[in-house]
Amino acid sequence: MDAFLEFFSFADANVRYVTIGSVLLAASSAVVGCFTYLRKRALVGDAVAHAVLPGVCLAFILSGTKNPFILLIGAFITGWLSLICIDFITSRSRIKEDTAIGLVLSVFFGIGILLLTAIQHSGNAAQSGLDKFLFGKAASLVGEDLIAFSVVAVVLLVSTIVFYKELTLLCFDQAYARTIGFPVRALELLLTTLTVFAVVVGIQAVGVVLMAAMLITPAAAARFWTDRLPVMLVLSALMGAFSGIAGAFVSYTAPAMPTGPWIVLIISMIAILSFALAPSKGWVARIIRQRRNRSQMLEENLLKLLYHLGEQKQAYTAVHTLQELLQRRAMPEKQARAGLHKLRNQGYVKKLPEGWQLTTQGQRRGQRVVRLHRLWELYLTQYLHLASDHVHEDAETIEHIITPELEQKLMEELSFPVLDPHSSRIP
Amino acid sequence: MILQVDNPVVEVHDLTVSYDRKPVLWGIDLTLPAGSLVGVIGPNGAGKSTLVKAMMDLLPTGSGYVRIFGKSINEVRKRISYVPQRESVDWDFPASVFDVVLMGRYGKLGLFSRPRKADKDAAMEALVKVGMESFAKRQISQLSGGQQQRVFLARALAQNADIYFMDEPFAGVDIATETAIIELLRIMREQGKTVIVVHHDLQSAAEYFDWVVLLNMRLVASGPTGVALTQELLEQTYGGKLTVLSKVGDLLRKQDFPSREVKS
Repeated sequence: MDAFLEFFSFADANVRYVTIGSVLLAASSAVVGCFTYLRKRALVGDAVAHAVLPGVCLAFILSGTKNPFILLIGAFITGWLSLICIDFITSRSRIKEDTAIGLVLSVFFGIGILLLTAIQHSGNAAQSGLDKFLFGKAASLVGEDLIAFSVVAVVLLVSTIVFYKELTLLCFDQAYARTIGFPVRALELLLTTLTVFAVVVGIQAVGVVLMAAMLITPAAAARFWTDRLPVMLVLSALMGAFSGIAGAFVSYTAPAMPTGPWIVLIISMIAILSFALAPSKGWVARIIRQRRNRSQMLEENLLKLLYHLGEQKQAYTAVHTLQELLQRRAMPEKQARAGLHKLRNQGYVKKLPEGWQLTTQGQRRGQRVVRLHRLWELYLTQYLHLASDHVHEDAETIEHIITPELEQKLMEELSFPVLDPHSSRIP
Repeated sequence: MILQVDNPVVEVHDLTVSYDRKPVLWGIDLTLPAGSLVGVIGPNGAGKSTLVKAMMDLLPTGSGYVRIFGKSINEVRKRISYVPQRESVDWDFPASVFDVVLMGRYGKLGLFSRPRKADKDAAMEALVKVGMESFAKRQISQLSGGQQQRVFLARALAQNADIYFMDEPFAGVDIATETAIIELLRIMREQGKTVIVVHHDLQSAAEYFDWVVLLNMRLVASGPTGVALTQELLEQTYGGKLTVLSKVGDLLRKQDFPSREVKS
């Protein structure tokens, strides 16, 4: 708790820097990632992320310093080169894009590791800390580094705002963008450059191996919550920023903990929660919906059953035992009992010592289900010319979902029928 | 039966288009009159969409050129509108119907500038024309096929262009949408606009279009519907592929031959 307060009071200048840095890095790559995601080029980000490693190493070998600007330039060059290689391979050979990405990614990363190992065994004292590019270390984001990376992050955010309209159209309908005279090539180049920059600044926080997650995961998570692109951009930035702060906090309290993997773990947790909890699209919402449908079906089937039995005896308020119900229609006894109790609580049936009885409302609802069932059977035989012995199963489901408006329409189209295809009366 | 016109709005000269070295359109020579409703008709794989895309400079062409209003396409982009095939985009994109229609104004706006109030008015007017104004706020993934097509049409209308290229606007839409669209196309023709439509249904072609282009890897016919849409020409168009033509195409691809000799 003390550590928590200490961290979030931001009294320590170091903490301030690290937090600002992580937030900017995570948010800017999340925003750029939204466009990469919508353009369905998620894997490209991964390839670029791996391809910047040889660039960082080469820049270090050639310059002999760890000046962030020089390393950034190196990273940028090989990141870019990898994209050109992917484009070249896909356009000049029969190799498809996914294979090309795989090839380029592993070759560049291999060279990067090779160079990194060579540097580490060279005995150059300045090299310590270069391996942080593998897994990232937000805690080392201070001074010069922070300024360099933050400037790039702000440039990224501003460019996506300035080019919002153009990038959106590029992602949605590239062919159309060309026909209205947009410089599609240049815009593609712009998005690619933004992606490379996002990766280059992001690796400082999470490292090359995990960078793809920082680009794509916030976008995928945010997409679950909204159908509007501006909202999606803001949400993904917030999610990215949150994971950035959280990662920085973890590495502050436990310096042995790797920041990058923590940031990625946290953003992944957010994504999983989004998949589960998002309204209407999430798992939970879907399960609740299905459950509600199932219980509605059960209840209406029970009401229908009581109504059928009443119809036979021409006495709708007759009392029936559970056994009678189960004899007429097989269903698990436990389920039927639970359904009946629920119906009683809702006031559709009454429990008497000798069994179950429909209330007036229950009778109405049961009658409606039976009517819809028979109407639908009639509709199927008349309009789809199905045989009358083929329509029952269909009607068993449809009877539960027909709305009053559709019911009215059905009645009109069938010109207010009296009998169903099995010559039962439509109540 | 290939009729050339004077002062054409569209002129296609000796156009050859290849996919992966295999020519799918051979030496198309074509002119279209202004203010007409043109149907591009042919069997599957005849290169109908390819022709339209090549006209819009969306595909690299092997040879030949396209002139629109007597100029190269890049000079007249603002007067041209394109309605791509409905399936060419991902309708799960996070955008509303209105957002998509507003894209029709982007060409006029150019880079950097934001849509102004007038652009929003124009987009709304276009939506009213296709009868979709009540759907303006709807997320595009919730639309039916016919509604998606109307949205694309509204986007094109918002451009206020003089010539429209439409790729299969009637594919997979309901009858109501089809009638609404054709009604709109006729109004556009009355206003002196030229509309070029890729179409696959022969039954309705005679009724819809006043000029037809019959295509099957090569140009079979181009002329007023009355004279070009004949039994004989249709048989030529649909009567199977020219086997030698497609075999030669396959050879070009396999042996990496250019479809035109490179002039040294």
